[in-house]
Amino acid sequence: MSLARAAAIILSKELRAEFRTRELLNTTVVFVVMVIVLFSFTFDPSSAESRRFGPGLLWLAFLFAGSLMLHPSFAREQANDTLSALRMAPIEPFAILAGKVLANFLFLLLAELLLLPLFAVLYNVHVVPVLGRLLLVFVLGTLGLTTVGTVFSAVAAQARMRELLLPLLLLPALAPVLIASAETTAGLLGDPPRLDPNWLAILVAFDVVFLTAAWLFGEYLLEE
Amino acid sequence: MSARTHSVPTFGVAALVALAGYSALFLAPTERTMGLIQRIFYFHVPSAWTGFVAFFIVCVASVAYLLKRAPKWDWLAVSAAEVGVAYFTAVLVTGPIWAKPVWGIWWTWDARLTSTFVLWLLYVSYLLLRTLVSDSERRAMVSAVFGIFAFLDVPLVYLSIWFWRTQHPQPVIGGGGLDPRMWPVFLVCWAALLGVMVLLLRQRYLLEALRHQVQEMAMEAQMGDQSESFENKQVVRAKGAQ
Repeated sequence: MSLARAAAIILSKELRAEFRTRELLNTTVVFVVMVIVLFSFTFDPSSAESRRFGPGLLWLAFLFAGSLMLHPSFAREQANDTLSALRMAPIEPFAILAGKVLANFLFLLLAELLLLPLFAVLYNVHVVPVLGRLLLVFVLGTLGLTTVGTVFSAVAAQARMRELLLPLLLLPALAPVLIASAETTAGLLGDPPRLDPNWLAILVAFDVVFLTAAWLFGEYLLEE
Repeated sequence: MSARTHSVPTFGVAALVALAGYSALFLAPTERTMGLIQRIFYFHVPSAWTGFVAFFIVCVASVAYLLKRAPKWDWLAVSAAEVGVAYFTAVLVTGPIWAKPVWGIWWTWDARLTSTFVLWLLYVSYLLLRTLVSDSERRAMVSAVFGIFAFLDVPLVYLSIWFWRTQHPQPVIGGGGLDPRMWPVFLVCWAALLGVMVLLLRQRYLLEALRHQVQEMAMEAQMGDQSESFENKQVVRAKGAQ
């Protein structure tokens, strides 16, 4: 079976499992809404300030949400040792990882897109004129986040205190994604909107480097 | 490892450290605007460079572990990670000592300072991960993958600072700004810190090897106990049958 087909089957399994309950999507969306609301309590920003801090806050919330929602990706397979069953399937081990990365990417991106209109209203920013470019930033940033996040979810699944460990492993590693995504988003929501190619290049570099690393080294994490 | 073979490199490094301290404090010219405090540079920057070497060793040892599966590569990786974290702790401590008189503040959330902090956190979480996995083979495997990912992250973390404004005095090295008389002192200091790193690495590696040995002996002893008590039971049963 080809890698793409095997990964697609894993992806469809993950999507089916998620959309039966929508657990991840619901909790992620509510979590990010809470962060956005609580932020205004702690900093009491004026409308100009909230426009300035908004993009950074939004990405910080996505990062926290990601570091929490990516944990079940491998931990869920442990309850009934379904990961062993997946490993026994006659497919490349990387297909398991790729399918999970894709599924997590879609979940988080979907949550982000659901949250975008709310963010635009609460933080008083104009997203419609730059929607296409904003989507590009969201896709690149989320891909980097979920690639590293899924691999580290497999790392943390083998440790004690894994719920706590995953954010600790993930947050420092994702610093470049946070900076680059927040800066590009801030640039797009500024007046006049501009897309800085340097930041975009960092996002692309991050995605390429870690997708390659996941392809080269990820399968070691799936060994018995 | 006898004490004699040990002592030659140790005394060599000690002499190098003494030379480095002497040349940084007395031979190097005093910087015109910053004055004496600039001499901390001979410790601060070489520590960072040595820390990078240590983290590079973590990455190489991690790749080697994944390919060869020999526990010694894991021992090397954890040793280098600990030594690297120690060096970067020195960087993060000497930086503010320098910054206070020169910038007027201990710390600023400037990009380079922040990314060095992030780098330090990244390897602290590597060490933390290791404490939370009990099985030694599993620990070696997951920390090898994490060690590789962390090292790949280093250039990206530092790259993202180039597009951010920075008040760090970065054009000093490589920009031709360093006084030619400062270079030899700088290189001697770096050599001394590298020498110390090799010694620390060696000690830590031997310690890890010993720990491994102790663990194996403890396991053997446990298994011996079990089989012994099993034999005892057999004897008791045999006696009871008679």
